[in-house]
Amino acid sequence: MSTFIQTLAVGLRLGSIYALVALGYTMVYGIIRLINFAHGDFIMVGGYTMIFTVPMATALGLPAWAAVLAAIVVCALVGMGTELIAYRPVRKKGTNMTALITAIAMSLFLENLAQAIPAIGPNPKVASQIFTAGGLRIAGVTLEYTTLLTIVISAVVMVVLYEFTQKTRLGRAMRCVSEDKEAATLMGINVNHTILSTFAIGSGLSAVAALMYMAQYPKIYTTMGSLLGLKAFVAAVLGGIGIIPGAVLGGVVIGLVESFTTSYISSSMADAFVFLILIVVLILKPAGIMGKNVGEKV
Amino acid sequence: MKKNRTKQGYLLNTIVIVVLFALFQVLTASMGGSGSFKLVLAPCLWQCCYLIILATSLNLVLGFLGQLSLGHCGFMAIGAYTAALLSLACERTGVFGDKGSPEFLAVLIACILAAGLLAALVGLLVGIPALRLKGDYLAIITLGFGMIIVNIINNLPFCGQDGLSLGSASSSLYKNGLGFGSKGKVSFLWVALLVTLICLVMMFMFIRSKYGRAIRAIRDDEIAASASGINTSFYKIMTFSYSAFFAGVAGALYACANATLSTSSFAFSNGGILNSTFIVVMVVLGGMGSLTGSIVAAVIMFLVNYQIKNGTWVTALPAAVQGVFQYPMLVYAIVLIVVIMFRPKGIFGSYEFSLVNLGRDLKAVRLRKAAERAERKEVKAHA
Amino acid sequence: MPEKKMPVLETKKLGITFGGLKAVQDFNIQIYQGELVGLIGPNGAGKTTVFNMLTGVYVPTEGTVLLNGVPLNGKKTHQFVAAGVARTFQNIRLFKQMTVIENVKTAFTKDIRYNMLDATFRTPKFWKAEREMTEKAMDLLAICHLEDKADVIAANLPYGQQRKLEIARALATNMKVLLLDEPAAGMNPTETAELLECINTIRDRFGVAILLIEHDMALVMNVCERIQVIDYGQTIASGLPEEIANNPKVIAAYLGE
Repeated sequence: MSTFIQTLAVGLRLGSIYALVALGYTMVYGIIRLINFAHGDFIMVGGYTMIFTVPMATALGLPAWAAVLAAIVVCALVGMGTELIAYRPVRKKGTNMTALITAIAMSLFLENLAQAIPAIGPNPKVASQIFTAGGLRIAGVTLEYTTLLTIVISAVVMVVLYEFTQKTRLGRAMRCVSEDKEAATLMGINVNHTILSTFAIGSGLSAVAALMYMAQYPKIYTTMGSLLGLKAFVAAVLGGIGIIPGAVLGGVVIGLVESFTTSYISSSMADAFVFLILIVVLILKPAGIMGKNVGEKV
Repeated sequence: MKKNRTKQGYLLNTIVIVVLFALFQVLTASMGGSGSFKLVLAPCLWQCCYLIILATSLNLVLGFLGQLSLGHCGFMAIGAYTAALLSLACERTGVFGDKGSPEFLAVLIACILAAGLLAALVGLLVGIPALRLKGDYLAIITLGFGMIIVNIINNLPFCGQDGLSLGSASSSLYKNGLGFGSKGKVSFLWVALLVTLICLVMMFMFIRSKYGRAIRAIRDDEIAASASGINTSFYKIMTFSYSAFFAGVAGALYACANATLSTSSFAFSNGGILNSTFIVVMVVLGGMGSLTGSIVAAVIMFLVNYQIKNGTWVTALPAAVQGVFQYPMLVYAIVLIVVIMFRPKGIFGSYEFSLVNLGRDLKAVRLRKAAERAERKEVKAHA
Repeated sequence: MPEKKMPVLETKKLGITFGGLKAVQDFNIQIYQGELVGLIGPNGAGKTTVFNMLTGVYVPTEGTVLLNGVPLNGKKTHQFVAAGVARTFQNIRLFKQMTVIENVKTAFTKDIRYNMLDATFRTPKFWKAEREMTEKAMDLLAICHLEDKADVIAANLPYGQQRKLEIARALATNMKVLLLDEPAAGMNPTETAELLECINTIRDRFGVAILLIEHDMALVMNVCERIQVIDYGQTIASGLPEEIANNPKVIAAYLGE
């Protein structure tokens, strides 16, 4: 029974991290209909930023997690940079195929750039403790504070994001642009500006995800983003790409699947299982759990 | 008449190829023993061969069919392991004795064929569900399949992890299986070249037929292709499987040239050149829709990779820049971004090299350039 | 007067509903061999939706589509084409990167009998099939006066010729009934006259049934033997051109009340 609770807790925690990343994916996809393959690597960027800023924060007397503020800024800048330098020019004069290839190239570029820069370098780095150790004891199992915080923070972020897209002007603009770019322009919305803001928010979210990830797994390496990003993408698709609650739902499901597979079957099969889910979803209901099908106009 | 021209072209190509082959045999016979040929040129040619096959076969799906598949190396891995294991099995059951015997040659050919066929079969199985999707989703799902395939091979007891690269298994591939040492690479080089040639001919014939037209139609407008009577699912799956066949053959050649096989070399995030993105770089650089382009780009990327790994000039660079060259994938990612942003058509666009039309094509290029220059002069004069 | 046995193309109570919206309802039409029927109606009436159902792009939620009495519901588009229904599109869908003659040749694909082995080894069967195809393609291009543009990339053709190429490509499928979706859209009077000539040549030579969606009333009144009018997805009138021109319901639909 305690294994079950432990597995459940790990699953929810993992799921919350995936949810945070999936939110970023889903927001960007919703607005430019492109999978930002580099999104996972923004997490890596956030992680490495915090390697530097956590000691700085502690030195300044701030709590360790304040380092995430710097990481959010850095990630947002990297995200906006990617959009401005790589995606926007290709979107203007390229085809779908070239945009896709650009996204993959950006991902590869970021990963390998990180490896090549000596200060970051190819070897993994270890972060220091971020949140207080220890946890609550429930039903004979210790639930770490980190786990609880991760779950709570993800939930809060999702609610805030949802309200943001429903109530604020920028949020509504984002929804308009994802429905119909031309109509949005005609309504006076600055589409490029909106897209840029979406990237900023989505990438900022990956910094928060990096924080939660680092709190649990202090080892950081340059390719940590790619697999994490890929699984978060599966989560976004599972829940319904472009739909904010869907991303959270998908994230939680994927996290639980991974956790239970690792516990009860084997850890090496966990990744395969996650991909299997992707394949099944894309074949049976490509729009995802909460999605609606939109066909092509003939 | 057009058909006579085509037949003229075939004749011309055949003559040129036979002549080149004869030259090549003379060259190997006279230089084969020399150190640099054996240790440098022969392995390089082997590598070029399978890179060319990989690039051109991916171009069938990416350039001509217009679908982005990121799992090409998964099929290569299947081919490599199939060929290796089959050769080992043959050796153990005494089908052939040593590498010089005629039985070995038969086994080698059988292994290469088996590699291609098994890869094609897996390509068929993967393609049937995967090709229902388009664009981003297809890319991700083929990526997923590629990872799963490598994962599965990893978990197989007889070849998993470094199974075929460590200890007794490794030396056995080299000693008993189809792995070639430096001498073997020279004496069997003709096999690699012949296989590459056959693959290229098969691909050209495919493209210049109703199949090529059908898949280009699907690329240009799938709905219109359907409305013209083309069974799009059939042609998509068939092309995907055909392309996987060649990837398997390339894998077999890879197994021949590298006596050690390890699944980590095929992983997607690996920095080496066997990941599917490297092949995408080759196809994009050469021109999506030009087999000639893929051949040329494969050779170019091979040279670039070789220089990065072995070039003496790298050590002369300042330390900061040198760090970049430790990570060839960084260079390739930049190449890809630059090509896509500034010349998405690649080097050759959709042009195919043809000996028989060479004179006419060169003349057309000259005329076009002259016209452009004249136009620019006119614009300047009016300004 | 062509013998009126079984209609070549017939629909019975054809309809489709998109998530609560009844786009087309109770659509009935019979087209006999050699006829040229027009389908008209205000914008958004559902004409292209009908076409999409007649070619397998949409699966109707009610009713049937019958070709020579054989129901075709649920089949895929290429199966519709194999059965004998060909169409052109409202927004031209050509294979932009292929040449004019290649565009026509793609439509022959389903009828070409050689296989992979023939293609790889360039057997006589392959050469014969390719030669025949080239001849037939040039023949079809000649009908629409495009034969001298055979090796031009389709994207480089002027607009009017692109429309004609789409028709030539549809002809190549060897259809029994041809559906033309606004073939004269965006054309000037000269091009429209050429198009008319093209359509008449096709009718004389192939005797195919044609169903035509069009907004150019002059063209419709001129060339159609019968006209069916739909509005908001339902048939509001059907009959000879003169009757339709004077039908008060039709006039109301176009001018609004």
